[in-house]
Amino acid sequence: MNAAAARIAFPPNWWARAGWLLLAAYIVYACSLLDFTWARFMVGLDNGARFIARMFPPNFSRWEILVKGLTESIEIAVLASALGILISLPIGLFAARNLMPVWVTWPARMLIALCRSFHPVIVAIVFVKAIGFGALSGIAALTVASIGFIGKLFAEAIEEISLKQVEAVRATGAPFMNVITYGVLPQVFGRFIGFATYQLDSNLRNSTMVGIVGAGGIGGALFAAFQRFDYDFVCAMLLSIIILIFAGELLATRVRAVFLERSRVNEE
Amino acid sequence: MDNSAALSIRNLSKEYKRGKPVLRDISLDFATRGFTAVIGPSGTGKSTLIRCINRLVEPTSGAVEFQGHDLVKLSGRALREARRGIGMVFQEYNLVERLTVMENLLTGRLGYVAPLKAWLRRFPQADIDEAFDLLDVVGLAGFANQRADSLSGGQRQRVGIARAVMQHPKLLLADEPTSSLDPKTSVEIMSLMRDLGTAKNIPIIVNMHDVELARRFADRIIGMSEGRVVYDGAPGALTDENLKTIYGGKDWLHP
Repeated sequence: MNAAAARIAFPPNWWARAGWLLLAAYIVYACSLLDFTWARFMVGLDNGARFIARMFPPNFSRWEILVKGLTESIEIAVLASALGILISLPIGLFAARNLMPVWVTWPARMLIALCRSFHPVIVAIVFVKAIGFGALSGIAALTVASIGFIGKLFAEAIEEISLKQVEAVRATGAPFMNVITYGVLPQVFGRFIGFATYQLDSNLRNSTMVGIVGAGGIGGALFAAFQRFDYDFVCAMLLSIIILIFAGELLATRVRAVFLERSRVNEE
Repeated sequence: MDNSAALSIRNLSKEYKRGKPVLRDISLDFATRGFTAVIGPSGTGKSTLIRCINRLVEPTSGAVEFQGHDLVKLSGRALREARRGIGMVFQEYNLVERLTVMENLLTGRLGYVAPLKAWLRRFPQADIDEAFDLLDVVGLAGFANQRADSLSGGQRQRVGIARAVMQHPKLLLADEPTSSLDPKTSVEIMSLMRDLGTAKNIPIIVNMHDVELARRFADRIIGMSEGRVVYDGAPGALTDENLKTIYGGKDWLHP
């Protein structure tokens, strides 16, 4: 490299520029391929307006079906979250490459990758075929999803901890489990609570959907109402789901406040 | 020097990369009492030497005799039991930030408490009482329930020292314990270590940069250069000539 070249402050990154160009070209290509035109969009809007008109006023007359579906969805979400969190704790720990030898992290990472490869609905279809219709299949499907999500994030959180603190605990002659509970867990606890509440939130949303494939919850009733064009009942269910998700969000905020209160006060 | 050595290092060598030794054939004996300072330029292997003693770093060859065992040959439970007898103080304190001061002190007892009990914070009352007493000694009475990350550097290092003393160690290692502290706090921390070492009969080995601080506190100074011991003797006998051998050059000595 000669002296002039060495004095360029911001050398151009030609690979990155080529990448951006390629992305832009693909977007144009994909739009043309999918007949993604303004005219089609306007026709669709017209249909949409008629559909929305039929949704109002929402019809709560069949509230028993609605309540039954909702409570089942909540049960699925809570049980799947609890099970998933419980199982993903050790799996996430085993998958952390800074604490575990390769022959432990490799199978753990494989398992997490497997849990993450399919959308919960696809997993739910598999479980419905394997263990039959009903909430149990929904719980199993969302547990798998929770393991994949929390396990991966938990492992990554552990991989980012300060090893100095771990070194100090090891230097006291502490056995491995004590090193984990005193050197590792305090460093990742706050983030773990965050992942867990987010997963509960996400499971609540997903639990309203797995019913579409017969895995329990309000999704089954929602899908049936759609097919019978009972759009006013659909609207009632959608409103209830929105309220449920908001309630879940509030609960998650409360949980975070309870567990992380002490750390927030001291970090100020 | 006393013949019954607390710690004997024999022909210790360490290579992080093959063919690039950081420690070259080090042999040293440490008496059952006394304050030893290891001085030398950065990158000369002081930290590696300290960490090879309690096996936070694996030595490449050599022996480290401590309480009738060669630490280099130990593994698993035997190694952990040997580590319980060696307290360590770190440059950046290495406290578990999100635990309280009390929990950090009790970390020193983790080698003796079963995991479930430790997790549930069921430590023996004697350990808890001792921890409160030690907090008084190091001048942190009333700080027990504060989180470690709310403390200042000097306070943190006091916790670090108390944590090491909680182990009832037969040897105390300190890796640049004052390098992150201001001069006044450094002196206070060094006095605290020396006083605790004297009161509890713990031999102390300290790595440090500051030659004057080493002269002031140590009974014995070991000078290292490029992985070898080039000076070993009393602080009073350390001459400018010795310092030139240890650090190289002479312009830095007398401005």
